[in-house]
Amino acid sequence: MTTEELTMRDQFALTTAELLDQDPRTAVVLADIGAAQFAEAARAHPDRVVNVGIREQLLIGAAGGLALTGMRPIAHTFASFLIERPFEQVKLDLVHQGVGAVLVSAAGSYDWPAGGRTHMAPGDVALLDTLPGWHVHVPGHPAEADLLLRHAVAAGDSLQYVRLSVQQNREARPVVPGRFLTVREGGRGVVLAVGPMLDAVLEATETLDVTVLYAATVRPFDAAGLRAAVGERGDVVLVEPYLAGTSEREAHRALEQLPHRVLGLGVPVAEHRHYGSLPEHLAAYGLDAAHLHGRIASFLW
Amino acid sequence: MTSDATSTLGSAPAPGRDDLPHLISLMTGDEKHTPAATSTLDALWVLYDRVLNVGPDTVDAQDRDRFLLSKGHGPMAYYAVLAAKGFFPVELLSSFGAYDSPLGHHPDRLLVPGAEIGSGSLGHGLPLAVGTALGLRAQGLDSSAVWVLIGDAEFDEGSNHEAVAFAGAYGLERLHAVVIDNSSATHGWNGGIAARFAGEGWSTATVDGRDHEELYRAFTAPHPGRPHVVVARVEPKN
Repeated sequence: MTTEELTMRDQFALTTAELLDQDPRTAVVLADIGAAQFAEAARAHPDRVVNVGIREQLLIGAAGGLALTGMRPIAHTFASFLIERPFEQVKLDLVHQGVGAVLVSAAGSYDWPAGGRTHMAPGDVALLDTLPGWHVHVPGHPAEADLLLRHAVAAGDSLQYVRLSVQQNREARPVVPGRFLTVREGGRGVVLAVGPMLDAVLEATETLDVTVLYAATVRPFDAAGLRAAVGERGDVVLVEPYLAGTSEREAHRALEQLPHRVLGLGVPVAEHRHYGSLPEHLAAYGLDAAHLHGRIASFLW
Repeated sequence: MTSDATSTLGSAPAPGRDDLPHLISLMTGDEKHTPAATSTLDALWVLYDRVLNVGPDTVDAQDRDRFLLSKGHGPMAYYAVLAAKGFFPVELLSSFGAYDSPLGHHPDRLLVPGAEIGSGSLGHGLPLAVGTALGLRAQGLDSSAVWVLIGDAEFDEGSNHEAVAFAGAYGLERLHAVVIDNSSATHGWNGGIAARFAGEGWSTATVDGRDHEELYRAFTAPHPGRPHVVVARVEPKN
């Protein structure tokens, strides 16, 4: 399907090593996961690449402390151990202290299905929605990850979350941080594809007269972009690679002045006690092109 | 004399240790204090009076020493010391806990002048202090010390143990912890708290938490290449 060898995580290591070289404010904090990718950068910047071991509360606490001294910390591990396990640290050591950080996750919702539930975090974006100030980026391609990472690190002392996945689209899109991109225009509703869901959405809607919007940044939610796309017909389908319905509230808020309907597709909240492969899980969640076609078509027609 | 709540710090002599009980009473409304309010008092006073290189004029200086109050519960002694040292007016103390007061029952660094962190939920200060020490080191600010105060019951929280093990292994020399031990941990610390730090390579001292000279000596003991903990033992809470 793809000729691109590079994963988003590979790109993350490359981009971040460059940022470490360029900007003395940047520091990377790791909890073993990903440490091998940063071995060279750690040799070049021993004080700014810190591996705390398998200690995720400390991962976020140390990032908060670094930020308190004026540094720009970048903390990385799997989403389940970056957002869910140390969630109170995210709430208190970053947000409550009034400091910023860039949190970069891998594995996301379903990247390692054979690893089972312990390595799945479909609720990460919904969890961050309970806290103020987070910018959330969900790139669909390593080149987008590169652009969004640079944007996130350069964005002052803000709170930035970059969600990387092994699932990626065939080609990179000319994304602008914070803006939805119109990929296809149609007359019978809008399908908003988030990050790595774009290829499946494009295939699913090939024969449907719909507008396809692409979101590589979901928070803040580009309400103006969605409103401009819906025109007079306020029918919207959200296709997100994490918990189904995570952005429903944002979509309703964007369209509150307009009669509208929203269908939120994504990973079901129920535990899915199967192993296997990524395509098998996408099919089971109704997120492959065939299932998406049926669900979108029956909602919009 | 300087304990007059309506006095300003302008021309009056700076408050001393003996004024602190009165300053605390401005918050508690009682001259007789609960152990939680005063267990930290002497350690805090010695730190701010004789050890820390930070004052009202240097709260934003990059090379200041940092003191992080992790045990945010019972912050009256902390507020009293900050007020006595001029970080904010003594008059603020009587507003303790009021809607518009910057002085909550747990401190918020965005509201309290001189407070390095907001705390209240236990077990956050030591990891934040580790990151602070890393950040100062990365910026070459090697003369700045980082201090964090925790309680013996707070030490139950696992996040402390992540930080203690890492800081010891990493040799974070500019990191200092003060543990106020009033024997309040439900299951105690068999063999003593200092042993947990020593086992991870920290320099340790266990002293009488009411004895200012002992505290001062322990606070200023050299500890090359290693982080340092001072366990300050005070009267048992119960």
